[in-house]
Amino acid sequence: MSKKRHVVAAVDEVPPGSRKHLNLAGREIALFNLGGEFFALGDKCPHESGSLCAGKIVGLAEADTPGHYRLSRDGEFVKCPWHGWEFDIRTGQSWCDPTRTRARAYETAVAAGETLVKGPYVADTYPVRVEENYIVIDV
Amino acid sequence: MSTQTLDRPRPGRVTPREATLGVIDCDIHPQAATPTEVLDFLPERWRAYVREYGGLYRQPLSDTLSHPRMAPDVARADSWPPTGGLPGSDLAFMQQQHLDPNNVEFGMLMPLNRGPGNQRNLEYGAALAGAVNDWQIAHWVERDKRLRASIVVTQEHSPFAIAEIEKRAGDKRFSQIMMPPKCLEPHGRRRYWPIYEAAVAHNLPIALHVGGINGYPPTASGWPSYYIEEQHTNVTGMLSLITSMVVEGVFEQFPTLKIVLVEGGVAWAPALKWRLDKQWKRLKSEAPHLKRLPSEYIHDHFWLTTQPLDEPDRDSDLVEMFEIVGFDRIMFSTDYPHWDFDEPKFVVSKLRIGEDKLKRLLSGNARELYGLA
Repeated sequence: MSKKRHVVAAVDEVPPGSRKHLNLAGREIALFNLGGEFFALGDKCPHESGSLCAGKIVGLAEADTPGHYRLSRDGEFVKCPWHGWEFDIRTGQSWCDPTRTRARAYETAVAAGETLVKGPYVADTYPVRVEENYIVIDV
Repeated sequence: MSTQTLDRPRPGRVTPREATLGVIDCDIHPQAATPTEVLDFLPERWRAYVREYGGLYRQPLSDTLSHPRMAPDVARADSWPPTGGLPGSDLAFMQQQHLDPNNVEFGMLMPLNRGPGNQRNLEYGAALAGAVNDWQIAHWVERDKRLRASIVVTQEHSPFAIAEIEKRAGDKRFSQIMMPPKCLEPHGRRRYWPIYEAAVAHNLPIALHVGGINGYPPTASGWPSYYIEEQHTNVTGMLSLITSMVVEGVFEQFPTLKIVLVEGGVAWAPALKWRLDKQWKRLKSEAPHLKRLPSEYIHDHFWLTTQPLDEPDRDSDLVEMFEIVGFDRIMFSTDYPHWDFDEPKFVVSKLRIGEDKLKRLLSGNARELYGLA
């Protein structure tokens, strides 16, 4: 099945640090703004299917040896609201089981309203205005 | 960052048929929407007492938990009702988030609010137990016929506990008696036997849901530093509890007593049985009142619940362990709305077993134990 480009939100609607829940072509998707960049993950934790969109945005607590703690990569992970599994918002990669477990990641882009109105992508589900920029996802 | 991990097989797929199987959830936590919602069921004397003095648990910093939990109110982050209030306090949201989508046929309420059994003032504890029991009926069971209440009691003074059991016995809206696994003494001790006698007389199972505030460190060597350690004491607590009840002869005295262990895990049970059997063969002159192998008492008298599900790397190991424990003694539970909730579809995906066993685990065993129709 070929992918379709969906216009999902105006850029201003999803400010940095926030997220938006989407249902595109029957798929539940969690859209995140990480420092001005947009990333989309399947809204289903690969462990028990908790909604990642309802999760906290967190950094990592790390320690090379007991007693030496540091916080890093603040705001780059989403923590499942159920059992706290952490996923890299950029890639969907799991922090606790990085080689085997990842949340599904979708391609996102930002497109000018002008190009969207003209097509070839018709924004049939979202009102698009020429002067704004929009987040688009291919599903 | 370390990327060294085990080659972990993926969970099995849940077929559409399995996804629609109904469940009996043996562990649902109702919560009071406001601090006074349960207290409003107290007689005025005790409402005034709470206003003036408050409850006293058996620990310093009386109204707190001994370890900070994984999440605020121990809850799933998505379980805070949109109407406000605490997780598990809004029936409509519980129905929408859990009871309806997860096809819950019956749900056993496990109220943990303010621990009547752990109150140092015994009269207040008894009054609070009565209030929690009335609140379960008024706020939950009468508003959703799928839910069943548990008779909360003050186990440290058995006359009060028996009075509460007798007040509720025969009321089918209550399915069992509830006690904390952490009491002042091990559960086999005779101070608790009058409660077991009442349970048997009224044909009510006793549920022991992990927790209780008895003032003792949760490990045999003192206070652990981390929540992950304290959480694991749920397992060691269950081991001690079973051992005490079996060895003290509770089941010789009460051969029809039924105990449900809630949230304590399952996979440890075979090892406990093997070890107790081995030792009993050598030491039985010390406890000559035991007529059968400890493993036989354990199998006949204890029902275990699934959540939090043991998650070995190979799902087949879980099935094998459940086979050894016995599929007739394991009952499904979610722990909704707590953070370590298990989804029915997830549990089903881990158990590649025949439909008969699956149905027993998801609902049949609980239906039979509690006489639910």
